[in-house]
Amino acid sequence: MSVLLILTVFTDGFQISDLKFHSSLLAVAESLTNRSITWPEWGQWKRVLLLQDYNTRVVMLGTGLLGMAAGLVGSFTLLRRRALMGDALSHATLPGVGLAFLLAPYLGLDGKSLPILLTGAALSGTLGVVAILYIRNLTRLKEDAALGIVLSVFFGAGIAILTIVQQVPSGHAAGLESFIYGKTASMIASDAQLIAVAGLLSVIIIALLFKELTLLCFDEGFAGARGYPVLVLDLLLMALVVVVTIIGLQAVGLVLMIALLVIPAAAARFWTHDLKRMMLISSGIGGVGGLAGSAMSAVFPNLPSGAMIVIVCSSLFFFSLLCGRSRGVLVRIARRWELNRSVDRQHLLRGMYELLETRESAADPAEISMPFSQLLAMRTWSSFRLSRQIERCRRHGLLVRRDDGGLSLTDAGLAEASRLVHEHRLWELYLITQADVAPGRVDQAADAIEHVLEPELIAQLEQLLAQQRTSRGVVASPHPLESSAGLSTVSADKSQSPFEKDRMP
Amino acid sequence: MNASLPLSVNDLTVAWHRKPVIWDVDLEVQPGQLVGVVGPNGAGKSTLLKAIMDLVPKASGRVEIFGQTYRQSRHRVGYVPQRESVDWDFPISVLDVVTMGLYGKIGWCMPVRRRHRDIARKALEQVGISELANRQISQLSGGQQQRTFLARALVQDADLYLMDEPFAAVDAATEKAIVEILREMRRAGKTALVIHHDLPTVPEYFDSVVLLNMRVVASGPTKDVFTRENLERTYGGRLTLLDEATEAMRRRERTL
Repeated sequence: MSVLLILTVFTDGFQISDLKFHSSLLAVAESLTNRSITWPEWGQWKRVLLLQDYNTRVVMLGTGLLGMAAGLVGSFTLLRRRALMGDALSHATLPGVGLAFLLAPYLGLDGKSLPILLTGAALSGTLGVVAILYIRNLTRLKEDAALGIVLSVFFGAGIAILTIVQQVPSGHAAGLESFIYGKTASMIASDAQLIAVAGLLSVIIIALLFKELTLLCFDEGFAGARGYPVLVLDLLLMALVVVVTIIGLQAVGLVLMIALLVIPAAAARFWTHDLKRMMLISSGIGGVGGLAGSAMSAVFPNLPSGAMIVIVCSSLFFFSLLCGRSRGVLVRIARRWELNRSVDRQHLLRGMYELLETRESAADPAEISMPFSQLLAMRTWSSFRLSRQIERCRRHGLLVRRDDGGLSLTDAGLAEASRLVHEHRLWELYLITQADVAPGRVDQAADAIEHVLEPELIAQLEQLLAQQRTSRGVVASPHPLESSAGLSTVSADKSQSPFEKDRMP
Repeated sequence: MNASLPLSVNDLTVAWHRKPVIWDVDLEVQPGQLVGVVGPNGAGKSTLLKAIMDLVPKASGRVEIFGQTYRQSRHRVGYVPQRESVDWDFPISVLDVVTMGLYGKIGWCMPVRRRHRDIARKALEQVGISELANRQISQLSGGQQQRTFLARALVQDADLYLMDEPFAAVDAATEKAIVEILREMRRAGKTALVIHHDLPTVPEYFDSVVLLNMRVVASGPTKDVFTRENLERTYGGRLTLLDEATEAMRRRERTL
């Protein structure tokens, strides 16, 4: 949203640049858009990658620590659902930067020194958060409206103030706009040291209060009942966000600072269900983003480092989204696939077993041959899906193909099929006796759930429904199977609805 | 002031935007009793528990726990919040949740140590889910979630337990386990104030009962108080006039 805002401001500036009022905007715009990029020589790459400059070393250390701190703080704000508060806060810092620069000379201070500018930023950022809380509590506006209003008003005011700053004759304000997009190249060692110290401090605070902050984010009510000062802890968390945002202004820029607070934490969530690990991964991703971003900024001095940091972080995010071990998209697709396959397998084996049952024969079950067409007619599955499943079961030794083209269960297949049919029928019986499902509909109802039944549940069902069993330790079906007229009649009728057999005759 | 009385509530009123949620509640809970709090939805049952623990501001009234304020006797009170009050997708394990009950003892900034985890494991054993200690809470069933919360309260080894609907939407086995734990607590001389929804089981589970609908309709031993007549008064006649008056006031405030 804010990026859009600033772009409109700039394009407006270009269109009406002959007007005096807009020419100042154009000045800002030009210094922001002057980003002629030349491909660096090998020597430059080498200097950066081998950390030959003292300055580069310090800057990379600083931004790396910043990324780690942001990853840690971001994990907690994400879990506390305060992530967007950080965005409003960072945007609200801009007027503070401009005003600090303007007013510092009157107080006998150097308006270009980083601590002064950051103090201004911190004050106006905090003011922004307070404004959000006031709007939320005193009016009936919801928090998202309050966030939107504060974010845009403060940012707009900041742009206006920066424009005025450009016109102040004694200004030498060039460089202030690097707070918008971030520019590590203009950082000096003492700036980076400040960042490193503040980052380290917030890491230490989080390490010390890990337990308390976890409790706050998980169960506020219980924390309050145990006597923890919930409000103080909340304020502390917010203060940490302020610190990380402020020290990140120079490296990441206020427009993109929210990325460093949200993306590493959100990415880490795909990898683990454990908070400690999540925070380690999150700070790792943040750290890598900070390092890579500042390195790129050192190689390409005109490239905004904030953008580089976000690009690195977001590629790590997309990688996590796809490949994350505990919630990644691929893992979930694989799990779903696995489930579907096992459901198909269960359907096939159960179908074969029930066919065996309808054919009341004394013959050895392993000798009975079941034609493919008949199995196909039992459910709505394509012949491709069925053959694939048959092949898979054959490979696992559950069934064999016979010379006449039919299929037979092996001993292992029969045992597995008996178990499945038994569980299916237990569940059907339960639905009929306890849940008042009509016997004619129970097969479908059972089918929907039984594939996810856990062993403990099966054991409970056994206990609940001590039933007579047929020869193979299988409960008799509570509803009639299809007409026991035999195998041949069913197979011929392809038009038969797959659910036909579920109906009462 | 009576140091042996686990809980006494005098004239407690809690208002939300000037609309009274509970009104003029007087209550005394005797030691070693299981006390059920029963009432319709919106009767202020959860608010009563929260007001006892200073989690919501009181408009008026006094709460004493073992003759002291809640602040002073906090360590003697265990709390089981409503299961739905937290995000069960939170990335921590069952054991982590249970050790939260010990954070007060562990102290600020100190890490959780082995001996705390041992205490937590013992509490999990007590509620019958010791095998789930390292499971992530997102994988728990409703009953298991409730047992986890119960274990978190148990590790505190409190003397008075406040429980918000521990029987809501749990399986039969869990319900039985919770009742067993409550009875064990009573044998150990502990007291529990339990919000309960399922009327038929009240006489079986609780020694005394508090019938609440904004104000206390009746309270005392279950066999005397848990009568059809009292229940009708609790569930039937809502204070419609009071409701309407406060609703009108609230509407006025919105337009101001």
